[in-house]
Amino acid sequence: MSALAHVGGGTPGAPDDGPPQERGGRSWAPYLLLIPGTIWLLVFFVFPLLQLFTVSLQSGFPGFPGYYYRDVNFGNYLDAITEFAPHFGRSLLYAGLATFFAFVLAYPLAYAMAFKAGKWRNVMMICVIAPFFTSFILRTIAWRQILADNGPVAETLKFLHLLPGGRITETWVAVVAGLTYNFLPFMVLPIYASLERADPKVIEAGGDLYANGLTTFRKVTLPMSLPGVIAGTLLTFIPAAGDYVNAELLGSDRSTKMVGNVIESQFFRVLGGFPTAAALSFTLMAIILAMVFVYIRKFGTEELL
Amino acid sequence: MTATASRPRTGGPTPPTRSSVAGPTPLARVKTWLGTHVSMIAALAVLVYLFVPVAYTFAFSFNDYRKSNIVWNSAAGPTLKHWKDPCGAPGVCDALVTSIQVGVIATVVATVLGTMLAFALVRHKFRGRAASNVLVFVPMATPEIVLGASLLTIFVQGFSRFGLKLGFWTIVIAHVMFCISFVVVTVKARLQSLDPRLEEAAQDLFAGPGATFWRVTFPLVLPGVVGAALLAFSLSFDDFIITNFVSGDATTFPKFVYVSYLRGIPAQANVIGFSMFVIAVLLVVAGQLIGNARKR
Amino acid sequence: MALFSSGGAGFRAAKGDLNLESVTKQFANFTAVDDLSLTVPRGSFFALLGPSGCGKTTTLRMVAGLEQPTRGRILIGDTDLTGSRPYERPVNTVFQSYALFPHLTIRDNVSFGPRRRGDSDAGKAAEDALELVQMSSFATRKPAQLSGGQQQRVALARALVNRPEVLLLDEPLGALDLKLRRQMQVELKRIQTEVGLTFIHVTHDQEEAMTMADTVAVMNAGRIEQMGHPEELYDLPRTSFVANFVGQSNLGVGDVTGTDGDNLVVEVAGTTVRIPKARSAVHSGRITFGVRPEKVRISSDQPTGAGNDVKAQVVDVSFTGVATQFLVTVPSGSTWAVYEQNLDVQRNTLRPGDPVWLEWDSGHAFGVEVDEAAAAEAQVAS
Repeated sequence: MSALAHVGGGTPGAPDDGPPQERGGRSWAPYLLLIPGTIWLLVFFVFPLLQLFTVSLQSGFPGFPGYYYRDVNFGNYLDAITEFAPHFGRSLLYAGLATFFAFVLAYPLAYAMAFKAGKWRNVMMICVIAPFFTSFILRTIAWRQILADNGPVAETLKFLHLLPGGRITETWVAVVAGLTYNFLPFMVLPIYASLERADPKVIEAGGDLYANGLTTFRKVTLPMSLPGVIAGTLLTFIPAAGDYVNAELLGSDRSTKMVGNVIESQFFRVLGGFPTAAALSFTLMAIILAMVFVYIRKFGTEELL
Repeated sequence: MTATASRPRTGGPTPPTRSSVAGPTPLARVKTWLGTHVSMIAALAVLVYLFVPVAYTFAFSFNDYRKSNIVWNSAAGPTLKHWKDPCGAPGVCDALVTSIQVGVIATVVATVLGTMLAFALVRHKFRGRAASNVLVFVPMATPEIVLGASLLTIFVQGFSRFGLKLGFWTIVIAHVMFCISFVVVTVKARLQSLDPRLEEAAQDLFAGPGATFWRVTFPLVLPGVVGAALLAFSLSFDDFIITNFVSGDATTFPKFVYVSYLRGIPAQANVIGFSMFVIAVLLVVAGQLIGNARKR
Repeated sequence: MALFSSGGAGFRAAKGDLNLESVTKQFANFTAVDDLSLTVPRGSFFALLGPSGCGKTTTLRMVAGLEQPTRGRILIGDTDLTGSRPYERPVNTVFQSYALFPHLTIRDNVSFGPRRRGDSDAGKAAEDALELVQMSSFATRKPAQLSGGQQQRVALARALVNRPEVLLLDEPLGALDLKLRRQMQVELKRIQTEVGLTFIHVTHDQEEAMTMADTVAVMNAGRIEQMGHPEELYDLPRTSFVANFVGQSNLGVGDVTGTDGDNLVVEVAGTTVRIPKARSAVHSGRITFGVRPEKVRISSDQPTGAGNDVKAQVVDVSFTGVATQFLVTVPSGSTWAVYEQNLDVQRNTLRPGDPVWLEWDSGHAFGVEVDEAAAAEAQVAS
C-alpha cells in the first residue's frame, strides 16, 4: 500500500524523440470522472466551510443567548484571537514538537520497512496501521493510565529523580507524547512510500562516497525521501494542531488546553458560542494553510498540490 | 530512544580487523552486527512503542471491574468472562456494528469517487485541473475539528429541511468526504508510476479502449485501489473528532468509548478493540502468506 | 502458427509495401517529422537510423498508430491506415522497454494479441511463437523473473505471434549488454528471414542497423538524409551528416578549383586532392572532401603515386589487435583517423610526434555539401 505517497516520481518520460502524446482524445471523459467526486467535495467541504464562515460573522441577540442574526461582525475574530491567543500558541507549539518527535521515531521505522524488511514489508505496514483498529480513544486512555501518577513510567522516573514536577499526566509533556503517538503512522507511511521508490544502490553508492554514515544519510537518503518527509510532517502537524482529544484526556483543565478544546466547548457547551467557535475554526485553518503554503514554497514540492 | 539509536545506517562499517588473520574480535563483531541491524532494531522498538497501549488494552480486557480501564481489580483476578460475552455491555456491539457499516459504505463510495478523480487528474489534461488538485488537497490540510464544525453547521442549518437528520447517514457523508482525498492521493501515486507503454502495448496488440482498461490498466492499478480502500476503512473506523460533531444520537465504536470513559469503560470494549487489531493483522499476514505461496 | 483470423471490429487487413506519403508530425513547438515520404518493400528488413531526437521513434509510432500524423498518409499496399487506431492495424511493435504486462505470465503475454482478435487457437499460437524465440520453457513465469535478454525474446514473440504485415522494433536491443546484443542481432535476422515479414527497426546504433537491415534510412532533424543498402551508405555518403553518423570519416572543407577527366580537383587547406565526379554531391564552389580511415595508408616516406597524399604528424597510436589506429594532424589543423590492418609481422614503429605521409586511392574519396555545424562537430569528435 503506497499510502499517502505524494511523491510524483516515476512518470516515464517522453519517447526518445518528441514529447509525450496527449492522452484521452475525448474531451468529456475527464469531466465524467471528475464530476461525482468534485460535487461531493463542493457540497460537503466547500459549501460547509462557506456556511461556517457566515456563522463566524454572525452576532448574537443581546439577552437571548443562543439566537443569532446574519451580520458582518469581524469582532468575533478579534475577540476569539485575543481571548484565546495562548491556546493558539499551545496548539502550534505542541503540534510542532509532536511532529519533530514523530519524525525522529518514524524515520528508522520507514527506513527499515523500505530497505530491510524484504517480504515482511506489508506485515510491518499493517503493524503501523492496525492500532487504528483498537481505536484512537482506547489507546489514548491506555496512555493516560500508563503515564498516571502511580503508573510504571512515573514511578520509575521518580525513582531516578528525573521527574521534577512529580507527574506526567496533566502536563504538556503528556499531551505532546499523546500527539506524537497518535499521529506517528501518518509520518511513517509517506516517508516509507518515498523511500520505497528510491534505489538502494544509490544509497550504497553514497555509502562509498561518504565514509561516514551520518553524512550519507544527510546528503543522500534524506534528500531522496524529502517529498515523503514533507507529506508526513504536514499530515502529522495539521491534525495535531486541530486535536483536542489528547489535551482532554492527557492534559490538565487549564494550562494545556489547545484551540481544539476551545472550539469543541464553544460549540457544544457554551450557549451562544457558535460564532466564536466558527471564528476560531477559520482562524486555525487560515494559520495552518498559510504555514503549509510557506512550507511547500520553501521546499518546493508542487507534487503535493 | 535517542537520536543516535534511530539513525539509519547504510551497510555496515568495514571492520578494521578484517585484514587480520585472527578474524574480527568479538567486540568488533558485535559492532558490525549492530551497524547492519541498527535501523531494524530501532524500527522494532518503534513498533513495540506503537503496540504498548494495544497491549494495555489486551491486559485490561481480563479486568473484572466496572471502570475497567482505570483500576486493575486484583481481588477478582483475571477473568475470561468478557471474552465469553463480548456483547455483554449495553451498546458496545451496536456501536461496533455502526462503525463497520459506516466504514464499509464510506470506503466503497470514497474509493469509487476517489479512484475516478485520480484517473481524471493523472490521465487527462483539462481546464480546471489545477483547481481540482487544490480541491482534493485542501481537505487534508484542514484540521478535523474544522471539517466537523462546518459539516455540523450545514446539517443543522440547511440540510434538516431535506429530512437529513444528524445520525448514521451524516456520519457516512462526512467520512466519505475526508476519505476521498486520501484515496485520490494513494491511487494517483500508483497511476503515476504505471508505465504508459503498457497501455500502448495493449492497444498495439488489438485491445480496444475497453479491453485495454480492464485487462491491463485496472489490474495494474488494483493494488493501489485496494491499498486506498484499506486506508479509507482504517481512517473511517478510527475517526472520532468529525464523527462526534455530526453523529447526533448515532454511536460509533470510538464515540462509545469516549462517552463511556467518565462513567467507566466496559471491559468488553477492550475485548473488541484488541480483537479488531488482531483481525486486521491476521488478514494481512494471511494475504502475505498466500501471496508468497503463489509466487513459488 | 495460426494464420490471420478474422480481425475484430474495425480491423484492417492489408498486404503489401508500407508507404509513407509526405508525412509530417508537429508537436506544440517543433516539427518531429518533416514531409517524410518512404516506401518499405514487403518482406524487407528496414532500419531507421539516427541520433535521439531525429524523429525516428515518432515515425515508428505513427506507423503503429500511437501517434497520428499532422499531415500526410500512411498506407500498407492500397489500404490507407491514416487515422485508424493502433488496434485496427496489422502492425505490431516490440517496445524499447519491452512493455511486457507484469501481471500476466509469459504465455498470457504472448497470447494477448491473438485472444483480442478472437483467435480460438491463441494458446497454440503462443506456444509456437515462444518456440521460435526459444522461450518455451519459461511460459508459466512472470516477466519480472526473466533477464533482460529473455524479456526481449518474449516481447518479440508477443509481436510476431500476430503475424503482422509490418513488425516495428523500437531500439529493441538497447538495454542488452554487448555480447547479448550481437547474439540477438543474428537471431533477429534469422527470424526475419524465417517468417518473411516486413521489419522496421529503429536504432541509433549504426552497427546494429548495418548488420541486420537490407535498407538503412539515416534520419536527421525529421528528414531522411540518405537511404540505401548499408554498404552503399558507408561507401558513398551523400551528406556530411551521414559521413559522420555512419562510420567515421576524415573530412576537410575546401573549394573546387577545376576538373581533371572524371575527377574534380579540390583545394583543401593548401593540399590538392581529387574526387571522382560520380562520387561527389557538389561540383563547384565550396565542398567537403572525405575519405574513410581504413582507406588511408600511412607511411614514413613520401609516396611516389600521383597526388592524393598529405603530410601529417602522429598524435596518438593505439593497438587494437587486428588493427592499429593512428590519430594524426593534417595541415588544415583537423585530426584524421587512420586504420592499418596488422598484416605484417614486424611491429609498427611510428610514435606520437613522428612526421608521416598519408595516401589514398582517389577513387575512395567522396564529396559532400558543406555543413558548418557537422564539420565543427566532426572536428570535436575526431
